[in-house]
Amino acid sequence: MSNIKVYYRTIRDLPLDEYLAPGSSACWGCGPLLAARWVTKVVGSNAIIVTATGCLYGVTAVYPYSSWKHPMIHVAFGNAPSVASGVETAIKVLKRKGEWDAGDTKVVVIAGDGATVDIGFGALSGMLERRHRVAYVLYDNEAYMSTGIQRSGSTPMYAWTTTTEIGKVRKGKLEPKKDVLSIILAHNPIYTASTTVAHIMDLANKVKKAVEYSSYGPTFVHVLAPCPTGWKYDESLTIEIAKLAVETGMWFNLEYEDGKLRVTTKVPKRKPVKEYLSLQGRFSHLTDDDIKIIQQMVDENVKKINEIVGEEAIGPLA
Amino acid sequence: MRVSNEGELAKWYEIPIAGVVNEPGNTAKIIVSGWRTFKPVIDQDKCTRCGICWMYCPEGAIKYVNKPYSTKKGINYGFTYEIDYDHCKGCRICVVECPVKAINAVREHE
Amino acid sequence: MSEEVELLEEVSGAKGRRRLPLTGDYAAAYAVKAADVDVVAAYPITPQTPIVERISKFIADGELNAEMIHVESEHSALSACIGASAAGARVFTATSAQGLELMHEVINIASGMRLPIVMAVVARALSAPVSIHGDYGDVMSMKDTGWIIMIASNAQEVYDFVIMAFKIAENPSVLLPTAVAFDGFLTSHVMEPVEIYDDDYVRKFIPKSKWPHALDPRKPLTMNATALPEWYYEIRYQVIDALNKSYNVIREVMNEFNKYFNRNYRILDVYHMDDAEYALITYGAMWGFAREAIDRARARGVKVGGINFNLLRPIPTDKVVDLLSNVKSFIVIDKAFGYGAAGPLFTDIAAVLKIYDINTPGASATHGIGQRTMFVKDFERAIDLVVKVGNEGKSLKDVVHLGLRGWGETL
Repeated sequence: MSNIKVYYRTIRDLPLDEYLAPGSSACWGCGPLLAARWVTKVVGSNAIIVTATGCLYGVTAVYPYSSWKHPMIHVAFGNAPSVASGVETAIKVLKRKGEWDAGDTKVVVIAGDGATVDIGFGALSGMLERRHRVAYVLYDNEAYMSTGIQRSGSTPMYAWTTTTEIGKVRKGKLEPKKDVLSIILAHNPIYTASTTVAHIMDLANKVKKAVEYSSYGPTFVHVLAPCPTGWKYDESLTIEIAKLAVETGMWFNLEYEDGKLRVTTKVPKRKPVKEYLSLQGRFSHLTDDDIKIIQQMVDENVKKINEIVGEEAIGPLA
Repeated sequence: MRVSNEGELAKWYEIPIAGVVNEPGNTAKIIVSGWRTFKPVIDQDKCTRCGICWMYCPEGAIKYVNKPYSTKKGINYGFTYEIDYDHCKGCRICVVECPVKAINAVREHE
Repeated sequence: MSEEVELLEEVSGAKGRRRLPLTGDYAAAYAVKAADVDVVAAYPITPQTPIVERISKFIADGELNAEMIHVESEHSALSACIGASAAGARVFTATSAQGLELMHEVINIASGMRLPIVMAVVARALSAPVSIHGDYGDVMSMKDTGWIIMIASNAQEVYDFVIMAFKIAENPSVLLPTAVAFDGFLTSHVMEPVEIYDDDYVRKFIPKSKWPHALDPRKPLTMNATALPEWYYEIRYQVIDALNKSYNVIREVMNEFNKYFNRNYRILDVYHMDDAEYALITYGAMWGFAREAIDRARARGVKVGGINFNLLRPIPTDKVVDLLSNVKSFIVIDKAFGYGAAGPLFTDIAAVLKIYDINTPGASATHGIGQRTMFVKDFERAIDLVVKVGNEGKSLKDVVHLGLRGWGETL
């Protein structure tokens, strides 16, 4: 399995064919749309996409239109992993009976944080435990965006959402962001990775790996996909914000392959979290003390991840 | 499925079974140019064909075209990136990300 | 046609047929094996567990070439069935009560997506309070979901109806998920002699086909998009239309089944209805009690007949009209409550009679709720009631709860 290569070295290696047509009702500057555009490009034509209810599904599949050039099945909010399990098993059995003549069809789930981290969590755990040969891509815009920016388990601490309002008595989400990657790793998938929409080369390679590895078992890619509408920033800054997430240590680009976890985007000198938080309206209510707490949290996470990977992959504050 | 210009919508027996959409990628028929306040314009002379704008456009509205181009300074490129203005929503990610600032945000005429 | 006749002769000579002592649950498992199902995704729940256990054994022994997805909940069970069916596989699942309730988010999706999933519903009472025992409360919650619902009264019927269900569901003009319901414990766990057929013979009856909207990377389509108010009505109406069309398909399949397997099934079983003045209506395992009570009543000279529903959805309207136009009264024994209304099947029948301007007075009764033990004398009491209604010419205004402790002594 370690002989799976790097697929794309430069931008010129990236595939040209588009598999997610434009014209959807996604917001301008939509991070999830960019993520899905690349996932579908990299997966190749012989794939079945399973989506869960959420922003991406909601904007790309409104009858009688669909942006998807792959066969795409959507069932409900919390059952994308189960549906994918069913599709994958059907293809397996039909192949065995000589009744599947489309060849080596991959099954890829593209679902949001609401569907993955909250309502579909049990189903995801089941799919991973049963070792289904499915590549699962989670686009994380850190809230239930399609229903109007309500908080999810993946919403970061102190963020404003419509259900974690800034008021006289309470300010924002009080709980930290759910560490879904650790939970996925505990299920021991074949391949796990995290990336952002600012690192498209990285994303393309990781998703391609995840899809190739999915011939052997479940794989998982966690993509940070900023949302201008929900995070309240100018829509042209989606890429900059995703970059800053990594550069401040609020997000790590990781890869778990062959039993080893490594940091794939090293940050020699870390920027202070204030640079990331100050660009987003959902954090505009933060006091200096709040920012200090978040900085401390990030410092601890950086220490932890450096210990786990065994090197100073994420450096100190600049 | 029929959605004609006169606003006449398909009847229940004209809709494909289970309401499946069997025209893959037909959102491309929808023109979203009306969303824009600013329109990105590529200065083809400044553009180094790095491909970053094409890579970062969420809509895929920047197209790689096999059109050779010679800049005024005499640099020859075998291909070009062009913006599909039917499908550009004017988010200006390309404007921000272009490493040589070859894309300008031009205000749309109202 | 001639090939089928030859095979029938071979079979009616008992060649390829075996008689096994099977419970209702095992009969369902044998039918799934005979049907060469591709994918089974189910979650265990009493009293359905023997079905999934027996299927697992068939797979482990290599007698059934299928995969069992051991899902982590019933919601996932039906979701996985939808995914597998969408990819073109023949799928089966089974559940009861709370499992069915957990599936409910996806039940309407299965019918809306027009997928021919077959599900055995081992009828069990709904919580609260918790009951593992059999009544049709769970089945009745499926009435308005677009599923075809058949009800089997004994283990042989379970075996036969599950086989029929695949042929009905996969019919190109139907393509609707189909449930075969039967009594928890009274049918599911009671061993009866069941004649099972040669698997290959069954497979010729239900050959596999590809549904037009199956997922295929060479013909991409999007399944289950969002439908705004301009589209939802029409797309959902397709389910109504398919359900209406399914009635004739069910009759045809039943007739073909009878010829092919030498059986005598009817959509509504009738007993002594030719000259009946009063009708006793049941479904499921209590059909046996009904017939015994009718025999006793007939011996006393009461001209009562019995009707047993093998099909709950679509409602067999023409048969209801036919059978109830010429009786003086009818009583429906529902093995489920109607909440804030009369019994569920009674309500369906009353609506049919109203639409066809048939004035036969009737009575709604319930019994067997939570598997309350039923006695023949209870059914004899029901017959006394229907006779009273017939002679007075007026329907009973209150639902009669047979077997309920504390139910009024005088009626």
